This record gives sequence, structure tokens and C-alpha cells, in this order.
Amino acid sequence: MAHAPKDNHAPLHLHIPEPKFRPGDVADFSDIIVPEVDANPRPDEHVAPANIHALAYGLVRVLGDDHQPSGSWNPNLDVDTLRVMLRKMLLLRAFDDRMFRAQRQGKTSFYMKSFGEEATSVATTMALHSDDMCFPSYRQQGILITRDYPLVDMMNQIYSNRGDRLKGRQLPIMYSAKEYGFFSISGNLTTQYPQAVGWAMASASRADTRISAVWCGDGSTAEGDFHSALTFAAVYNAPVIFQVVNNQWAISSFSGFAGSERTTFAARAIGYGIAGLRVDGNDALAVYAAMQWAANRARNNGGPTLIEYFTYRGEGHSTSDDPGAYRAAEEYALWPLGDPVTRLKEHLIAIGAWTDAQHESLIIELSVQVKAVQKEAEQNGILGHGLHHPFETMFEDVFEEMPWHLKEQCAQMLEEQKDKFGPEWEAR
Amino acid sequence: MAEPATKKMNMIEAINSALDVMLAKDPEVVIMGEDVGYFGGVFRATAGLQAKHGKTRVFDTPISECGIIGVGVGMAAYGLRPVPEIQFADYIYPGLDQLVSEAARLRYRSANDFTCPMTVRSPFGGGIFGGQTHSQSPESLFTHVCGIKTVIPATPYDAKGLLIAAIEDNDPVVFFEPKRIYNGPFTGYYDRPVEPWSKHAGSDVPEGHYRINLGEAAVVREGEAVTVLTYGTMVHVVKAVVADQGFDAEIIDLRTLLPLDIATIEASVKKTGRCMVVHEATRTSGFGAELAAQVQEPASII
Ligand SMILES: Cc1ncc(C[n+]2csc(CCOP(=O)(O)OP(=O)(O)O)c2C)c(N)n1
Ligand SMILES: [Mg+2]
Repeated sequence: MAHAPKDNHAPLHLHIPEPKFRPGDVADFSDIIVPEVDANPRPDEHVAPANIHALAYGLVRVLGDDHQPSGSWNPNLDVDTLRVMLRKMLLLRAFDDRMFRAQRQGKTSFYMKSFGEEATSVATTMALHSDDMCFPSYRQQGILITRDYPLVDMMNQIYSNRGDRLKGRQLPIMYSAKEYGFFSISGNLTTQYPQAVGWAMASASRADTRISAVWCGDGSTAEGDFHSALTFAAVYNAPVIFQVVNNQWAISSFSGFAGSERTTFAARAIGYGIAGLRVDGNDALAVYAAMQWAANRARNNGGPTLIEYFTYRGEGHSTSDDPGAYRAAEEYALWPLGDPVTRLKEHLIAIGAWTDAQHESLIIELSVQVKAVQKEAEQNGILGHGLHHPFETMFEDVFEEMPWHLKEQCAQMLEEQKDKFGPEWEAR
Repeated sequence: MAEPATKKMNMIEAINSALDVMLAKDPEVVIMGEDVGYFGGVFRATAGLQAKHGKTRVFDTPISECGIIGVGVGMAAYGLRPVPEIQFADYIYPGLDQLVSEAARLRYRSANDFTCPMTVRSPFGGGIFGGQTHSQSPESLFTHVCGIKTVIPATPYDAKGLLIAAIEDNDPVVFFEPKRIYNGPFTGYYDRPVEPWSKHAGSDVPEGHYRINLGEAAVVREGEAVTVLTYGTMVHVVKAVVADQGFDAEIIDLRTLLPLDIATIEASVKKTGRCMVVHEATRTSGFGAELAAQVQEPASII
């Protein structure tokens, strides 16, 4: 029942955010401000957070429209490093394409691409030490690819086959690779945020030298865990790097539902008194530079940094999603910050270290490589074709030792399987 | 061999002693929580530990149960053995996702790649006139979750031995402390004063390290007429009732709810042919329902 107004105040109005463009519209991003390269120069890594608020609202950039690097944020990477970066990003893209197709072919149930955001997992990982601990969300397969994790193991997990290190227990793409400094991915958004802080606090309390880095999406910043994590990190000055991959979308909800109509994600840092940087997420050199800055800061006991990568989710949320149902077509083509792979390629060409022909042949080489790995992985089975870990492994690893009640439940399951399918079921 | 030195301890002192022993024994043990550092906890369970073991081993945290448990998971993944305190079980819910979706699943979902040897301590249960926010018994929320062990001691001796075993366990443990009996065993008679622990069995506590294995119940009174399954404060209430009424009950203090000591339960129920469950939690979907099912299910018992 409406509450009758008692005075002559204007009625209140509830604001429900709405993205500017919907299917049928032609997106127009002319209101996105792209500041000049070095509009906010690189401060000393020991700077007090209070003195760099502008960086939380600006946009760190290195590559200009002419694809040449300039300014104080330029990480001055050598040509070999730049080529490795491009190769990793292209390999990630080739892997994503192949696995997306595998899902469409019915070989797995689910896949998530990182198209358009490759720099935020590849360039960042390159700026870390190989033993720094990464706490990813589900869109940072680029970390594993950059750290040379075997592609076949990634595919085995995607296929939930008998080679799957995680024994078919996780949704495809939810890897875990401790040896590679890659924390087990959770399906529950942002839970990795306080965990990364805990890991960093532990590292600091042991006088270790390793730091942790954690990723989440723009939408995920709304979870309470995000705020608990920033509070703890600020309180204990934890050597952790918070990263928000602002790809504008959280499934069908635009970033306005996480608060982007009011402020930037990087500016969340200001309230916590930690360093905040907003970065062009499609400029691989800027991404590298920001991560390097934050890593140096953390490693020198300068505390946490929150980095927002301003980027764009080039494709659907996942194989289960159809972005055509909620956003304007062609948005990605119109994105004012371009494509991270193309920009890095153009940069290498501009400095005379790369050619179109080399680029095309690298794409073919990587696609052949990925296809070969796929064949190898499929020897271990694809989803639903019966080549998986034995059923009883479903009950293992709940605890270090299996308690009696799980043993009993497992035995019951095996009995019922036998009754239903006969002894041959196992050989199926 | 000489008997290990024992001391009269109440429940809080026994818990404090367990934490002290483990901090000294294992450099990976870390204690954190709201007010647990300098002050030593609102129930004094961590009194003196920061002064003795240092600020990086025992420290205060922001008031964020999600943060406390989430940070604990990360510390455990690093290789520490965190022992966070949640000030009251009634306030564990903001941290529930980190417990249920993270701590409990980490070993399983990563196929042993990462583990979570964390013990979450928390005072629980009623009887201190704390209203609905300082009296809850949420244990069955945790026994429902695969991958968490749930432990509830009923005496100072058990509290120390169980807490040490919980901290040494390589999986997450929720350790609920019946706060009604921190200072003495409440018998259910509000009109009688609670006697201090020093006048009761179970308060002679060894000063050093000892374990009471998780998953082992204790038969606290042998009897023939009926088996009573109980835990926490209710152990003492049942004991008092049985003594007053003079019937020959066999009282089993479960001590660990999960994994449950089914062997001890089975042996007793087979002997007595009757079984009763007493707990202070909500009856509907409470742990008693699980116990009733467990006792009736195996053909060997009925
Ligand atoms: C706690 C929780 N709530 C909801 C979901 C369902 N969900 C999965 S992904 C997603 C969107 C996340 O968007 P964002 O954080 O922007 O990351 P992006 O997908 O863009 O990388 C949602 C709502 C979930 N996995 N976990
Ligand atoms: Mg997003």
C-alpha cells in the first residue's frame, strides 16, 4: 500500500541502472574519456596512497594511437619479451577458440573465453615472479598458459576425462595448479579475494618474499568478500595485488549494477587507504607496467594495490550465453580501446620487430599446436563417453582419510551400479 | 614413568592451555579473531597468548567473519594452521560461505592440490540469558556439509585434548564450545548454583600435549536400561537427571558429531535396546534427526 505523503515533498524516485545500448542500437562510446598517454605520470612505488587519487580515475596508457610506447609508465620491455607476450596471448586465443568449438561439438558441457581481455592475464603474469601466488577467477586461463602449464592438462579438465587431475569434480575450466602458483578456482564469486589476503599475510608473517595477486570481474566487486578483503589488506598492509577486470558486463548485467555509474572500480581503493590504479586493459604494456609497479610496491612492504583494467568482454559470458539478447551487436568492434592482441601486434610491427606474415604464420602454428594437443587429450576421453575416473573417486578427498559413513555410501553406490548395469558397466 | 603434571582447569583454562601448547609446539599455528589479541578474547580463551607468543601469532581482526574465515583459508593454503575464533556461533553466518564453499571443498575440488587445516573455534549454545543472538546451536548446519568435522566438548579435559587433535587435523574443523559450562557443569537446575569445575571429574587437565582423537565418543555412564546420546551442556543435564531419577541409563557423550562414532553407539543400543537423543538445538532437521536415522538404519542394530 502506498504511503500517503504528509507534506509537499516531491515523491522519491528509485533509480534502476540501464545500459546505454540494447540489441538493435548502434553503440556509441564517444563519452568514454581516453586520456593522453602519461596524463598521470608513474609515481614512485613508495608513494602514499593519498597522493595518487588521480590515478584511480585516470587511465594508465603506454601505447599511443601510433602504436609507439611513450611516457613514464613505459616498461621498456625488450623485443624478445614482447614477442613472448604476443605469442602467449595468441596461444590463449587459439586455445579459447578450439575449446569453444569443442563445446559446440558436444565434447564438453561448458567453456568460457577471455577474448578481448587476454592482456589482463598474460601481461600481468609476466610481470609477476613465477612463484608468486595467483588467485584467479574463471577467466584467467592466461595465467596457466603464460606459466607453461601443460595444455593437455587443461583440456583433460575441460573434458572431465580420465586424465583430469581434478577427477571430474569441477565444472570445465575451474583448474587448480599449486605447483604453478595457481589457486583452485571457485565457482563462488570473489571468495578468492580474502583468501589471497590470507596467503599474503601468511607470506609476510613468515618473512617470505612471495606476494599474491588476485583477480575478479567488475560484477564480482559487489560481493561482501571484496570489501572484507580490502579491509584486511589495508589493516595488515598485506603484500597482495587486487585486480578488477572491468569488462563492462557481468553476464547480462552491465557494470552499472556494480556501481560504475557513480565512480570507478579503482576508486574503491581510496576509501580503504590503499593504492588504486585504473589502467587501459587492452594496452598490454600498460597492464604490465601497472602490475610491475604494484608488485614492486608489495614486495617492498609498501602494501596492497587495487588495479582496475578497463577492458571489454568481446564475446559471450560463456558457451551458455547469448549476448545478442541483451547488448548491442558489434559493441566490441566499436570499443575505443581496441583489441589487446592487435595493438601489441601493431606495436611490434611499428618498431620493426614483427611482420604481418610472421603474425599469420604464428597463428597457424599455434592453431596446429592446439589441435595436436586436443587429439592427445581426446585419447583420454571426452565428456559423456565413459572414459573418466572410476566412480568411487567421487567419495575420495572429502577428508584426508575417508570416514566410515562415506565408505558406506560409496559401497552402496557401487552395489547399486552393479545391480542396475551388471558387471559390464565398469568396462563401458 | 611419572604421571604428567595435571592442574585443575575450567573449560576456558583448558582451551587456553590447548592453544598455548599448540602455539609453542607448531610454528605454523596462528590465532586470530575479534578481541582475541591484547585483550585475550571476550571469554578470555586467548588471555596471555599474544604476550607470550607474539603479535604475528595471536592478533585481533576486523569485525568481518567472512574476512576472518576467508583469510584463514588463504593462510591454510599457504601452509599455516590458522585457529580463528568467531566471537559467538550466532555470528558465524557471515563467514558461512567461506566455510561451506571454500574450506570444506578445497581438498575435494582441487583433488588434494590444496588443503585447509583450519580450526574455527566458537562459543555456542544457550543458558547464559543471551537472547536469540547469543544462544544458538547451529551444529547441524555444519554436520550437513561434506568436508567439515564438527566437535563439541563437554569437559575441560576433553576440550583440551579435542582442540589439540582438531588443530593437528589436516581438514577444517568447527569446534563449538558450550559456553554455559565454561565455568562449571550446568545441571539443568536454574535454582541451584553451578559448582565450579574444580569439584568435578574432567577438570584434572595435563599441562602438556595430549590428544583425544576426533570421531571417538565417550561412555560417561554405563547402564542397561536405555542409551542416551547427547553432547555439550546436555551431557551434564542428562547426568543430573539420571542421578536424580535413579534409572540405569547408558550416557554417551558424542564429543565429535562428524565423523560420528557409530561403533560405540551401535554397541550400546544393541545392549540396551532403547535409545534417546538429548540436545539443545532446534528439533526440526536437528542433529538428533540424523542420530535417530543412524540408529534405526542398520539392520544390525534393530
Ligand atoms: C556467489 C555467486 N553468485 C552468482 C554467481 C553466478 N555468476 C557467475 S559469473 C557471474 C557474473 C560475474 O561477472 P563479473 O564479475 O563481471 O565477471 P566476468 O564474467 O565479466 O569475467 C555470475 C552472476 C556465482 N558464480 N557466484
Ligand atoms: Mg565483467
